[in-house]
Amino acid sequence: MTDFLGVYFPEFFYVLCGLVCFDTAIRARKNEEAKAGTMLFWTLTGLIFMLGKALPSAVVGGMLVVMGCLTVTKQVRIGRFTESTQEARKAASEKIGTKIFLPAVSIGVIALVLSFVKYNVVKDGTVTPTALNGAIMTGVACLIALVLAFIICKPKISETREDTSRLLMQVGAACLLPQLLGALGSVFSEAGVGEVISGMISSVVPQGNITVGIIIYVLGMVVFTMIMGNAFAAFTVITAGIGVPFVISQGGNPAVIGALGMTAGYCGTLMTPMAANFNIVPCAVLETKDPKWSVIKAQLPMALIMIVIHVILMLVLGF
Amino acid sequence: MEYVKLIGILIIVLGFAFKLDVLAVVLVAGIVTGLVSGLDFVHILEIIGQSFVNNRLMSIFLIIFPVIAIIERYGMKERAAYLIGKIKNASAGKVLSIWMVIRSVASALNIRIGGHVQFIRPLILPMTSAAAEASKGGRLTEEEEEKVKGLSAATENFGNFFAQNCFPASASVVLIQSGLALAGYDVSLSDIASSAIYVMIISIALTVVQVMLFDRKVKGGKKS
Repeated sequence: MTDFLGVYFPEFFYVLCGLVCFDTAIRARKNEEAKAGTMLFWTLTGLIFMLGKALPSAVVGGMLVVMGCLTVTKQVRIGRFTESTQEARKAASEKIGTKIFLPAVSIGVIALVLSFVKYNVVKDGTVTPTALNGAIMTGVACLIALVLAFIICKPKISETREDTSRLLMQVGAACLLPQLLGALGSVFSEAGVGEVISGMISSVVPQGNITVGIIIYVLGMVVFTMIMGNAFAAFTVITAGIGVPFVISQGGNPAVIGALGMTAGYCGTLMTPMAANFNIVPCAVLETKDPKWSVIKAQLPMALIMIVIHVILMLVLGF
Repeated sequence: MEYVKLIGILIIVLGFAFKLDVLAVVLVAGIVTGLVSGLDFVHILEIIGQSFVNNRLMSIFLIIFPVIAIIERYGMKERAAYLIGKIKNASAGKVLSIWMVIRSVASALNIRIGGHVQFIRPLILPMTSAAAEASKGGRLTEEEEEKVKGLSAATENFGNFFAQNCFPASASVVLIQSGLALAGYDVSLSDIASSAIYVMIISIALTVVQVMLFDRKVKGGKKS
């Protein structure tokens, strides 16, 4: 039973993820451009989700390299879709009303409630309460939300499949970025990149002073995020290189320090033109006079105050 | 030379700066870092493959897509826009404060209400500048107009960033968990998510202060 909840049941939801990818691969056969590449890309993604645990790791790595070759040669494209019209959506929203939020809210609320559920794992005679696997939390919440959405909206299956493929193709390879950065973090940690960084830092700053450690970790996250334009990428490097040796191993609560480390990085995101999606594109969308700095200027006070607050929160909550 | 191991970071920085294909940039960064550190190629593929499979949870949102597809087709965004549009005698600060709360709660529950293209441009910006003009009793100067645009775009980012970690299965929370696990610390998703609540509350409070200060400035600008 325990084994089932921890090992096999999550796989069921990854199989569903795989099916979503396969459906997109099938839809890609109607693409105008890059038919074969797009189909192959989503088929491989689906296979990794579905059979991830069964395939040898090196094979999965090889599949990812193939996928990288496909995206770098622009062989993964978005097909042409007929979207629902503004009028149709407006009419539907007037008919359905505020109930339309129910499925969306239920995903969040159910996942949140399930995240506090614990069950007992018996191993070698000792009983440890264990949290549900994250895939079960989200998966169960989504299935319930899907049922609700069907009851409330009564959609046609064909249009739902069509819209789902469109969403997935629009997000594209970017949806795999966090996962891939996680993998990059593993290579970095095997290669000892964290040690090199912490060695560089400790030659300047002595280890052991908690306040100094926290300030360096927060500023490290901010600066690296500004350079890389991506807090996820910075987190994998800076937490291993600075966060762990200078803060967590000094007695900091890992959950608190980790959570704050990530949002400290977001303060960097608010200040960098490298995060174009968040700071530069909106300037164009809102047609500001200054095409580069209008949004960043408005965000600067918040970012600077939040940096200080992160240092304080880490000291107060993390220790 | 130990420092040569940092080449992966350089590859990421340059690759992202020149807007090269992200998937390829990250893979190259990983493979090159592994090779210069003396790992053999197949072993690198193994590490990447294994970690990618172990981190599938970060992409679990793939199964949310059908739900989003349905509720978007049946007018969730239109309904949200309608409800926000009903806010009465608003000032710019009030509109943006209410938006910040809605955006943060949506982000914390992993609901897709937001976006510069979907919400700020068609809804929040026009409402905010109309409200600012009403409370000023005249047209906004070019500088004030620019400020309104900046603030509208900024609240979208604030709500999005500082509240998203409250959702226990968000990609960022899972990345935090796996990063800590690599360093030998096992923590649960809900522990991380519950530590993120403080940041969300503080960011909402600071946003309210910032937009209310702007309100005062606009009203004061009437005299000059």
